[in-house]
Amino acid sequence: MRGKLISTIAVAFWLGLVAPRDATAQAVPARNTCVSCHTEAGDELAVPVKMMADDIHARRGLSCANCHGGDPNDDDVDRSMDPRKGFVGKPGSKQVSSFCGKCHSNPITMKRFNPGLRVDQEAEFATSIHGKRVASGDTKAATCISCHSAHGVRAVKDPNAPVYPTRVADTCARCHSNSDTMKAYGIPADQVQKYQNSIHAETLLKKNDLSAPTCNDCHGNHGAAPPSTTSVANICGTCHIRQAELFSKSTHKSTFEAMSLSDCVVCHGNHEIKRPTDEMVGTGSQAVCLTCHSPGETGFQAAEAMHQGLTALNARIAEADEVLGRAAHAGMEVSKARFELQDARDSLVNARVVVHSFAPGEVEKAVSPGMEVSDKAYQAGLNALDELLFRRKGLAVSLVVIALAAFSIYLKIRQIERGT
Amino acid sequence: MSLSQNGDAMSTRRSTVATWLDERCGLEAVREFAARKTVPVHRHTIWYYFGGMALFLFTIQVVTGILLLLYYRPSAESAFESVQFIMTEVRFGWLIRSLHSWSANVLIAALFVHMFSVFFLRAYKARRELTWTSGVFLFFLSLAFGFSGYLLPWNTLAFFATKVGTEVAGVVPIVGSFLVRFLRGGEEVTGATLTRFYGFHVAILPALTTALLLIHLLLVQRHGMHIPDSVKPPVKTMKFFPNFMLRDAIGWLVALGALAALAALFPWELGEKADPFMPAPEGIRPEWFFMFMFETLKILPAKIGPFDGEVLGILGFGIGGLLLLLVPFIGTNGSRTTALVFKAAGIIAILYIVIFTVAGYVK
Repeated sequence: MRGKLISTIAVAFWLGLVAPRDATAQAVPARNTCVSCHTEAGDELAVPVKMMADDIHARRGLSCANCHGGDPNDDDVDRSMDPRKGFVGKPGSKQVSSFCGKCHSNPITMKRFNPGLRVDQEAEFATSIHGKRVASGDTKAATCISCHSAHGVRAVKDPNAPVYPTRVADTCARCHSNSDTMKAYGIPADQVQKYQNSIHAETLLKKNDLSAPTCNDCHGNHGAAPPSTTSVANICGTCHIRQAELFSKSTHKSTFEAMSLSDCVVCHGNHEIKRPTDEMVGTGSQAVCLTCHSPGETGFQAAEAMHQGLTALNARIAEADEVLGRAAHAGMEVSKARFELQDARDSLVNARVVVHSFAPGEVEKAVSPGMEVSDKAYQAGLNALDELLFRRKGLAVSLVVIALAAFSIYLKIRQIERGT
Repeated sequence: MSLSQNGDAMSTRRSTVATWLDERCGLEAVREFAARKTVPVHRHTIWYYFGGMALFLFTIQVVTGILLLLYYRPSAESAFESVQFIMTEVRFGWLIRSLHSWSANVLIAALFVHMFSVFFLRAYKARRELTWTSGVFLFFLSLAFGFSGYLLPWNTLAFFATKVGTEVAGVVPIVGSFLVRFLRGGEEVTGATLTRFYGFHVAILPALTTALLLIHLLLVQRHGMHIPDSVKPPVKTMKFFPNFMLRDAIGWLVALGALAALAALFPWELGEKADPFMPAPEGIRPEWFFMFMFETLKILPAKIGPFDGEVLGILGFGIGGLLLLLVPFIGTNGSRTTALVFKAAGIIAILYIVIFTVAGYVK
């Protein structure tokens, strides 16, 4: 209902029926011949009019002429769309960024509508792969309207916008999942599909956690480009700060650099990043360490030691959890011990992060407090189970005493009543 | 000194003490009353035991409640932790707390049985009107004990149930918003509500209950046990002391055993500490004895004619409570039709309470 109301008001603004709240570069005309003629013409020509109902620009009081120029007060097609009156019509792919940049690169204009919005998108776009290709005359390369659409542009925070975090991958996929289009550039067309299998997509799309990354968080948006091997750790490190810090101090950093390997990608992959498991570290069949390390090497032993540390803590937490669960199920109050066990889980998370130092001693140090807490929780669980047994024995004794007392009273009643 | 001489000396000393006490407290009158007091014996005698059972359970509440007071801390910051401490660190604290919680619930159940048995046997009739009215007030006070005590551990379920429960008071026309603020000690359920409920639970309600209980017991003694109309004379009797009292004691011992078993096998859950900033969890429900009212309010449509459904529901319960209090003063003509109408009303009330309570748990 509320959405419908907003749309109606927006269309009313767009049709010039209501005076806009924001002052614009050019006042909204009392009548708009662009709208009336395009609506009358129907078909494709009417589509922009319909789409503008949801357009952020229309909502802010802007009209066709603010972008396309011309005279919206004149009924005559030729006069209203006369280039001498500033009419620019539909821009070509090379002109799109400067067409939008008329306002979006102008800090003074943008301050009037959205002071928080950056005004360097056009300049940034020029540095991007997309921008460079467009500049070289590639008409298939993405421009502003490829992602934001031409009419019906929505604010980034609008969940229906194609650039809203949960929709970005689909928007990129329009070109990047098209193998015919991508073939010309020698780029695989499966990145989006791989991304959708990743832990990042699962977090963003299934859990609706908007802090999880999508394409533009790693590649940039207006300045989109594939990261170089040396910048991967920096990109991942934007969110995974400690891991990146530990990695940068580790022996792997210089080794990977010398081998021109892309830091994080070597073990975790790029688009199809899976939830890391403890099996990724170590010498088991799923261990990524084996890609480079062989039995007998120091690295092989280190991997094995780190894996043992992680699995030992994990197993101890599970044991404590199981004992506490049994006690809780029997009605014992063990919530404090269960709460404290959370510290052990935190230690495990920390130890998994410390693995990025690739130093078994450091992992051991991180595991140790968790083991201590788990042992304490396990003992608390055992104590609770002992206490449970004590209570049951106590209950049995009490019930016997109570039964005896009740029976004695019963005998007393009989004795009294027999006497009377 | 021989053994028989020892016994004689002891007996003389006891008699001296008894005489001394009798001269000062009039114990002889009490003893004479106890010796004279009898209980009718007939096929409905079993229902006489429920009053004594309620009294026994109330005593357990007082004793365990006082013990809990030694450790309980009534503030939002420490209430939950103090109950957790009682449950885990205090020796036999788990037993005291579980006995208190279980006994409270069994007490309400015993009161339901006691009240309905008196209702169906029509023991509220002439001369016993005030016994009934004081009993119904005691029942209401017990519900208030339950409502205020539920919040004291300051756990999530209790917190949100109290929020919903006190919101209901806001529906009452004219005084609703005042009632909510009075109950909560502010606009929202906060630490101020906890302190207030604690005050109700350990001071105001016990004082009122003690006074009313004394009146109720005095009235029961004054008028004696009611003999239902269906029991035709001659009616056999038994002595209250010791015959009936010893039978009572057996019932109390059985209740004590059952409570001990419940406390040991199903210790009263503590749940998670209340966090007022968290969204309300699923499955919020009041104590079982409020469930039928909660369910009724839930199924009532938002509007019934020009009236708000919830307001009508609350008014309905208010009128129901008032009718319950006034039972001895309405339909006292003793006709068979009135008796049948009362019986039918009682059965419908029981069915309604049972069905709506079960429905609240089955969903």
